[in-house]
Amino acid sequence: MHNTRNYTWRKLVDRLMRGATVAATGCAIIPLLAIIIYVMTLGAAALSPQFFTDVYQSPEASSTPDTTTGEPAAEFNPDDPFAGIGIEEGSGDTPATSAEAEAAIYAAGPKGGVLHGILGTLVITGVGLLFALPIGIFAGIYLSEYRHERFATIVRFCSDVLSGAPSIVAGVVIYVAVVTQVKQFSAVAGSLALALLMVPVITRTTEEMLKLVPESMREAARGLGAPTWYSSFTVVIPAALPGIVTGVMLAFARGAGETAPLILTVLGSNVISMDLFEPMAALPLLTYRYTESPYPGENTLAWGAAFVLMMLVLVMNILVRVATRRRGGASR
Amino acid sequence: MANQQPTSWSSGKSLLRHGDVPFRVSTVTLASFVVALVVLIGAIMFAASAEARQAFGLDVLTGQEWNPVETDLSPPTFGAWPAVRGTLLSALIAIFIAAPLAIGIGIFLAELCPPRLAVPLSFLVELLAAIPSVIYGVWGVFVFVPFFNTVFSEPVSQAIGGVVPQFAGPIATGRGVLVTGVVMAIMILPTIASLTRDVLRLVPNTQREAMLAVGATRWEMIWLAVVPYAQAGILGAIMLGIGRALGETMAATMLIGNSQRINESWFAPATTAASLVANELTNSVSPLHESALITVALALFGITLLLNLGARLLIWYVERGMRGGH
Repeated sequence: MHNTRNYTWRKLVDRLMRGATVAATGCAIIPLLAIIIYVMTLGAAALSPQFFTDVYQSPEASSTPDTTTGEPAAEFNPDDPFAGIGIEEGSGDTPATSAEAEAAIYAAGPKGGVLHGILGTLVITGVGLLFALPIGIFAGIYLSEYRHERFATIVRFCSDVLSGAPSIVAGVVIYVAVVTQVKQFSAVAGSLALALLMVPVITRTTEEMLKLVPESMREAARGLGAPTWYSSFTVVIPAALPGIVTGVMLAFARGAGETAPLILTVLGSNVISMDLFEPMAALPLLTYRYTESPYPGENTLAWGAAFVLMMLVLVMNILVRVATRRRGGASR
Repeated sequence: MANQQPTSWSSGKSLLRHGDVPFRVSTVTLASFVVALVVLIGAIMFAASAEARQAFGLDVLTGQEWNPVETDLSPPTFGAWPAVRGTLLSALIAIFIAAPLAIGIGIFLAELCPPRLAVPLSFLVELLAAIPSVIYGVWGVFVFVPFFNTVFSEPVSQAIGGVVPQFAGPIATGRGVLVTGVVMAIMILPTIASLTRDVLRLVPNTQREAMLAVGATRWEMIWLAVVPYAQAGILGAIMLGIGRALGETMAATMLIGNSQRINESWFAPATTAASLVANELTNSVSPLHESALITVALALFGITLLLNLGARLLIWYVERGMRGGH
């Protein structure tokens, strides 16, 4: 196509374009690494024993630093899960404080912790996983063991639609179907919304992992006279179990990081609550709220919460990576 | 096992023999739940959006005025065009930045990268796709928006803001469509890049060998023999990226400024469909307001469904073509 006259030109284009792909990779890696490094450093700086053991404390509860571990302020009502939510504290309706005291509130470091958020995330995501597990696992088994059926294509497509649907949609649906019906924000509504998002992750990984089980193992079981279900439960699924477990862990990690559906279903809370039918705190919700907060102390807590969330996701993913790589190496 | 009678499967153990029926029924039933979920999501939102759809029709999406509170002067009006515009604009900005970069990364990972580097780099890219969007939001608010303002928004608006309305100042908080689009680009990069890499890896080696055999350079091989072969799949990856950008909620809510006013400038606050729903649904002032917000969410679901359908068809087409191509 090109003549020798522009051989040098072609070599130049080759170099340039190959360089461009390297540059593109660099361009993308830099901001992504920056995010990880920022969250690691600023987030780790926000961590303290109190961060993991304490719950929300109003920045205005007290402006003297020595009472930070003390009781919540008098106006803070632990029975009211909505205390402090959605209200811009210190912006008008609170008693007028002197400029000095106000400045001290703003200058104060982080107060309180996110224990309620950590527990809430574990509960909401865990319950969501319980809803999602049976559907995801069995749909995955179906897609793998009856993979050539036409209905399998439909199921696979629907699973892809679910995983591609904006997470806010899951929140809207549960808000309409559950929250407005019972007129109550609740942790279990959040679990349902997260389950919608976790089902496709579990379905997809279960299917992929079962497909990795060599056909010869199924044939061997069939050769011994085992019916499909028996070979599935005693041969195929045990062989793929580590992979399926990693899929479930990935689903948990995805669910734990979702924020938008929780805004519409769980609402949030400032205290430790274990009642599934009441609003509950969650780590991503706290991250969001503390980021928007006018108080630098709460902003610091946002970095800390982001750090915990990211660690959860990174550790899960790295564990999965290690587990599947060992598997892959062995089966090959 | 050795002591087992060879006939033990077929004789007597009827449960064992007939277990296949319950197995099939239970897997099919739970698998059909997945289909049912999709149908239910659509049906619930369709039913709940009826009021607004009947009252305003398509105007819910194209009307210019979003005014949920009834006043003496005007009844409440629901036209989500500012949000629709913000969604489309930020997603387009994101995809224009992300697509070329992601394709470059995909090519690098699949074709050029030394194998020793490819494994950790691919892993890093996949890891980044798993980071929750609220973390991108935190980083955006505290780190990226101030940085972007000083290195881009302010100099650019001063230089050409007077001529190009899209880049006009003033820059108040720095939150706006452009910065949201840039952060979204960072978010969808890993998704597009890893899908592109996967599709390129499916291209049979004969394509590469034939091209090299007639004297092509590495780049000519990639650009003329490998990429065209995987075209449809790359397009599919881009469509999935657009879908993700359109539906992105948290980063948009935190970075776009949430303003219902349409402003020509890309530096000015705007809103997106997803962030409109996230911000207003729980404090909706009337059933009509709620219904209008659900209509917006339904439109979002419909669009991402179509994008997914298109993308899956394209990727499926490529995979099938490759299997047949050998």
